[in-house]
Formats: sequence, C-alpha cells, structure tokens
Amino acid sequence: MYDVVIIGAGVSGAACARELSKRKLSICVLERDEDVCCGTSKANSAIVHAGFDAATGSLMARLNVRGSTLMGPLCADLGVDLHNIGSLVVCTDESSMPALEELRDRGAANGVEGLEIVSGERLHALEPNLADSVVAALWAPSASIVNPFQLNWALAENALENGVAFHFDTEVVGVVREDGAWSVHTPGETFRTRCVINAAGVYADVIHNMVSPDTMDIVPRRGQYFVLDTSAGRHVRHTVFQLPTKLGKGVLVTPTTAGNLLVGPTAEDIDDREGTDTTAEGIRELLAKAALSVKGIPFRETITSFSGLRAHRAEHDFLIGEVAGAPGFIDCAAIESPGLSAAPAIGEMVADIVDGILKPALRDDFIATRAGIPNVEWIGAKDWEALIAEDPAYGRVVCRCRKVTEAQIVSAIHHPLGARSLDGVKRRTEACMGRCQAGFCTPKIMEILDRELADLSFDGITKAGPGSELIVGRDKELDGGDRS
Amino acid sequence: MTRSYEIVVIGGGPAGLAAAIAARDAGCTSILVIERDRELGGILNQCIHNGFGLITFDEELTGPEYAARFEELALQGGIDVMLDAMVIDVSTDKLVTAVSLDEGMVFIQAQAIVLAMGCRERPRGALNIPGFRPAGIYSAGTAQRLVNIEGFMPGREVVILGSGDIGLIMARRMTLEGAHVACVAELMPYSGGLKRNIVQCLDDFGIPLLLSHTVVRIEGRKRVESVTIAEVDGKGSPIPGTETVYPCDTLLLSVGLIPENELSLAAGVELSPVTRGPVVNERLETTVDGIFAAGNVLHVHDLVDYVSQEAAVAGRNAAAYVGGGRGEDGVSMDIVVSDGIRYTVPQVVDPARMPDELTVRFRVDGVYESRFVSVYLDDERIYHRKRLIMAPGEMEQVILRQKDLLARPGVASISFKLEEA
Repeated sequence: MYDVVIIGAGVSGAACARELSKRKLSICVLERDEDVCCGTSKANSAIVHAGFDAATGSLMARLNVRGSTLMGPLCADLGVDLHNIGSLVVCTDESSMPALEELRDRGAANGVEGLEIVSGERLHALEPNLADSVVAALWAPSASIVNPFQLNWALAENALENGVAFHFDTEVVGVVREDGAWSVHTPGETFRTRCVINAAGVYADVIHNMVSPDTMDIVPRRGQYFVLDTSAGRHVRHTVFQLPTKLGKGVLVTPTTAGNLLVGPTAEDIDDREGTDTTAEGIRELLAKAALSVKGIPFRETITSFSGLRAHRAEHDFLIGEVAGAPGFIDCAAIESPGLSAAPAIGEMVADIVDGILKPALRDDFIATRAGIPNVEWIGAKDWEALIAEDPAYGRVVCRCRKVTEAQIVSAIHHPLGARSLDGVKRRTEACMGRCQAGFCTPKIMEILDRELADLSFDGITKAGPGSELIVGRDKELDGGDRS
Repeated sequence: MTRSYEIVVIGGGPAGLAAAIAARDAGCTSILVIERDRELGGILNQCIHNGFGLITFDEELTGPEYAARFEELALQGGIDVMLDAMVIDVSTDKLVTAVSLDEGMVFIQAQAIVLAMGCRERPRGALNIPGFRPAGIYSAGTAQRLVNIEGFMPGREVVILGSGDIGLIMARRMTLEGAHVACVAELMPYSGGLKRNIVQCLDDFGIPLLLSHTVVRIEGRKRVESVTIAEVDGKGSPIPGTETVYPCDTLLLSVGLIPENELSLAAGVELSPVTRGPVVNERLETTVDGIFAAGNVLHVHDLVDYVSQEAAVAGRNAAAYVGGGRGEDGVSMDIVVSDGIRYTVPQVVDPARMPDELTVRFRVDGVYESRFVSVYLDDERIYHRKRLIMAPGEMEQVILRQKDLLARPGVASISFKLEEA
C-alpha cells in the first residue's frame, strides 16, 4: 500500500513528487510514456511568466507569482538552467494603451514586482529589433526563461533520490475506491494507495471522470512553434509577447536557455489528445503574427517546428483540490499556461492538501540538491579543460552542433533517472537539438546507448519508447548475424 | 601548452587531404590535419557506390577507394594527423582549439589555415513539412551511414523527398538491400542531382521521380505510417486535390546541403549568402588573411574530383602564404553574376596575382538548353561558349586567362551571365 500514487511524470507530477518526498510517505509515480517530460511539459514556451496575465484572485495568478518566486532558488538547487532575461508585452497601437496599462495594474494587484511601461528610446535600447509599429511595452524584469526538460527531469530525479518510485510505460486504465483506499489499475500491476494525485495533463479529465460523477472536460489546445538556430538566438534579448487584440492572443518571440530563438504558439482547440502535429495553416499563422512585434526574424535559420498541447478548461483556471466524494483523490488538472511557471507552487499546494489528509511527518534526511550534467557548450575553454581532466570523455564531441560530449551522454544514461532513448538523451543533454537535427549524431548516440545499457540491443533502440524503433533490421548480408 | 604548425587543415575528408598533400608537395614541412571522425576520408567512407575518380584517376572508384588513394599519399610523410578530434574554435589570429578523447584540449597556433569541414544536410525542420515527428524520418546521409557503416536498415517501405545526389544514391541502395522505394518527390521542376544518378539509381530500378511534388503531411505518432505527396504550382505551393497518400515506414530527405561554417564565422570569415560558404579570392583565401577554404565548406560540389582539384589550389596557396611567396597585391575585382548564374567561386579576382589560368566554378539557377555562358570585362565580352544543357545539379566552370585581364588594365568589373545568343 502506497501513501500516494501520482499519475503523470510531467512537470506538475514531478513537482508534486519532489515536494511530497520531503515527508515520510511512500510514493510512486505512474507514467504511460517511457520517460519523464513526454507530454505538455516538453512542448511549451519554456517561460517563467512574471504573473500579470491571469485574472487577479484566480488560482493561476496566485500560483504563477508564487511559482516564479520559488523558481530561482529551486533551479539553483537542482542544477537547472534559468535565465532571468525579463519580458516585454508590446503594444502596436496607441488606442490599445489602456489595455497595456490594465495589464500593468493587474500585475501589480497580483503581486508582480517591477512592472513598468517603457517606450521610445529606452524601449529601443532594451530591444532593438522590435517592429517599427511598436509604441510601448510592459516590461517585466522578473520574467525568466527556463529549460523545461531539465526542470522536469531534475524534479523527478530528486524525488527518486528521496525515495519516490517511478514506473514508466505504465498507463492507468482505471481508478477504483475499494476497502477504504484506492486501486489504481494498469495493464500490469494494480497499485493500492491512500491518496491519488491526478496530474495526467490532457488526460486529467479522463482520470477524474473515473472517480467522480461531477465530470471534468479538458480540451487539448494545440500550440505550434518554430525553433531557429542559435545563430538567430540573440535576435531578441527578452521574451517578447504581443498585447492581446481583437484578432487574438498573438505569439511570442523569445530566446531559449539553449540559445535558440523560439516563435509561437498558435492556439487551436482540437479533439485529438495526441494531436501534436504541425499544420500548414499554423506555420503560416506564426510567420504572419511574429512579424507584428519583431522585425527581421531570420526564418531561414529555422531548424525545427513542433506542437504542444495545453490542457485547457473552459473555466480557464487551474483545478487543484481533493475531489468531492472521492476522499484522497486530488486533482492537479487544467494546468495550462502558466503551468510551468507555477509548477513549484503547484507542488507546494498539492503537498499541503496531502498533509491535511495523511498528516505525515517531515523527514530530516531530505536531499534538497542535485547536480545536473555539465554543459560544455557555453562554459569556456578553462572549465571545459577541467572537466576533461576529470573524465577524458568530455574531450570527445558527439553532437557537433550543440557541442555535446560522450561524457555528457553517458552521464544522461547513468543518472538515477537515466535516458533510454534518443529523445531521452536529447532532452537531458541537448544533443540532436542543433542545426543538423540529429543527422550526424544519431548513429553515434545509438552506439553509446547500445554500449551503456546492457538490456538494450542496437535494433531495440527507440526514438521515444516502444513502437518508435529507429531501425528495422540488418543489411541483407548481415541478416541473422551478430553485430560486429 | 600551445603547439604550432605552419598549416593547419581542419577536416580530413577529400578536401582536407588534397589540400594537405598539395601544401606538402609545394614544400611546406609543417602541416597538421585535424579530423573529427576516427578515420580519414570524411563522408566518402560511407559512399560505397562507385563513380568517384573518373577525372582524377581515369577509373571508377568507390568512395572509400578514392579516399584511400589520398590517405595513402597523405601518410607518405610530412603531414601530421589528429583523429577523433573536434575543432571547437578558430580565432582570427589563427589559434585553433581542438578537443579529443586521447589528447584533451589542444591549442595550436597556425600560420595558415585551410577550412575543409564539409557540409551538413538540411533537416526536415528547415522545410516546415506539416505533420507528426515520429521515428523513421532520416536525412539521406544518416540513412547511408546506418546502412553502409553500421549495417542496419532504417526502414523497409521508403519515400524519398528531394532528388539530391545522396537521395538518388540511397534510393538504389535501399532497393538493393530489399526495401521498396515508392517514389522520389522533388519540389522543383528539375532534379538537383546528377543526370547519371537519375538514370542509374532511379530509371534502372523503376523508381518514379515525381518532379514538382512535395510532402505535405507526415502521419504516424511513433513511427512513420504514411506520407502525403502533392503536386506544387509554379511557386512551389501544393495544389489542392493532387494529394496521394503513400503508406511507408520511412521518409528520407535529400533536400539540400549546407556548408558547415560555424568555425569560419568564429574566425571572422565573411560568408556568401548564396553559397553559405566563405567569400574567397583567386587563391581561395577568405576575407581573413591566411585562412583558405576548399571543398563543400566553400560551396557544395557535384563531383569529388573537383573538390580535390580545388583543395589542391587552396593547399598550394596556403604553402605560398606561409613561405612568403604570395606576391604583390594588385587591384581586386568582384565577379558579378546575373541572368541565370547563381554564384561563382572565387567571387573576387586580383588579375595581378591570379595564375595564368584560373578555374572559376559556378552553378546556374534553372535548367537551360543551348545557352551561352558569357564573361564580360566591363562591356567587352571575352568568353562566349554555348552549352547544350546546364542544370542546377551540375557544377559548371570557365577558365579565366590572366593575359586577357592584364591586357585590359583599366577594367573595373568582371561579369558572368547566360545569354541566348
């Protein structure tokens, strides 16, 4: 019998797991995919929002502001890249200035510090590539960009080190209240637990509706994005948002912690919870909209595009709490934007709810910190040399575009919550994320996975779990033979 | 500790090897070739098909055989080689930083550098093909490495987008390995590959080449399940109603090669927006003094034989630079291109310093039949030669004679164009 079973190893589930692991509780996380960070958490804007967007008094507003306050120290503790670059909401039309001022006032009411409307020379100096039509912007110095893959992984891994169990490729197919506790059914094992935390992302309604007649409805809201090469990564210095207009919410243009330029997202409500495809219309929309706020975006430097699904609910607020009539079943649902920013606060809030139910004691042996994988791309020759002195494999570059070495890839595989697939390596190291998009390093990373993981054969290596095998067999003459 | 060499060649593929050999043969005794792979030869090692060396050796060699001939010459002495080593920085004053498993971080001060890093394939993401991002989408060169070096098949039912040479070669290679290649789709109304590859790799195997077609959709959540191909109009936009769904497990992309010039940029070398390689003069010297470039890092070639020729020129000039034998600078002129010519290499010529005969390579921007290639010095036409057919996939060349330029001292510009008569 577990004290807590968490459904979903995205950033919300992982934040809950880590926060709960500070307590004397037996906890496990069930994830239907092969790794952490496989759904909404891996495909979003990677922004820590300042917190002026959500309606004052909403859960979103409260957890956003709290989450962004917690994020800095948390990322420092867990070895996660976070850059406090600030954000700008740009206004391209004098008549919309009242809306910009309203946003500033709402931010102040939400408790966001340092908000300021800037214009003219000062704005141009802050962000030289803004479109000529921009008249003013709301500057939020507290906004940051974060590496969402690292954050999700670090939270989960730190939870693991504090005793939380993780089960991957384990999809929850039923949740039933039996004999005063919950039975969480998967195609294999059934997990018995006192508390269930429903952090199932775009499937949170499906899980919720297993236990409650008061049904929930989550709408997958698709967001498509462009990623541009690092050569374009300094085209803007801040996260540049557009002031919502009659025509819609607009798109953002931002640097990423990996030094790329990110443009997106669209906002399309769709039916398919797996609909992470990009569309010709979406791509066209982004090209047109981005130019409204930022001029001269070098789209020729585009290296990939992707889609993510936000777990949207018509009420447009997070839904976090124990479900009426389902004691110990806690929803952590509708975590759409700013869910990533709020994640640390979501973990706190859910843990508070669990405290109220199970009244656990705090542990005195909680490990609060964790080291990430050193990234040689940005550290400079001296520090890189020092790493090579520790481990010569830091001298063998595997991914030439992002300068990822063999030591980093081996480390990603052998970390406590290690990578088992190409995408797993990619999210942990940034290998494959560069301008050649895995063209050169795929065979090399496959070799390393094959070598380092005894239970994995070369032809069993996947892009992202079962069904996504990278190769289908041997060459004719080698058919049936061993790989030499 | 900083080592020093007269010439450092970055890249041990066909360009780097030919440059190093030529520099040595020109008398340079201090040459280092830095190669990122575990063997010399570069991408030729995975090009196990034949057709290499017809010009250089007057015989048909496979890629590894062609590379081996140059490797053998290079290893005859006078050239040091660092393998499995990645150059991570080149400074304007020619300090090269490399890392390797065996030697750690190494700093090398060069007097001259030859850039020979080759190119990379354009990825799917650069094309904005809508759809999912499952396993089974490979650039043709990655698939080539998996099949020819690793011995593994990336798929059984294949669609190829783009008719660049690697795509054409892989259509045949996958077929020979028992896969079924449904078609090769090409966005343009002409192929980007060599005619001989279309004949030998597609026609001979009954693989259809769909010109003016592109992939408009990729289906499959985990592994590719199908791609949708549609015809495109004159602007390259898909024509609604022309879609055909091809069930497949693999999509190979051969949609262009991009010279890999991140190190060149670090060194302050100016790049051409057309070739995406360095702007070079008649010595194949970049805009940074003493840094030369050759091969696919300079501009994408069709035949490796031309890479070897070009790289030898760069190597000889690097040796001359180091030896102080580069001569006096004259007045440099840009080569201006128009009317169907996309670019030339070199882009800049100094008549006083050019050799008696300078090979100027160029590509055209479409398929042209029975057009004249013309070279003008100001308004005077000094070269006018009819070519039966020219296509973007095939590199063209013109020999410029120094005496033609020196005979006209007041000339301000050289221009290349195609003319109907």
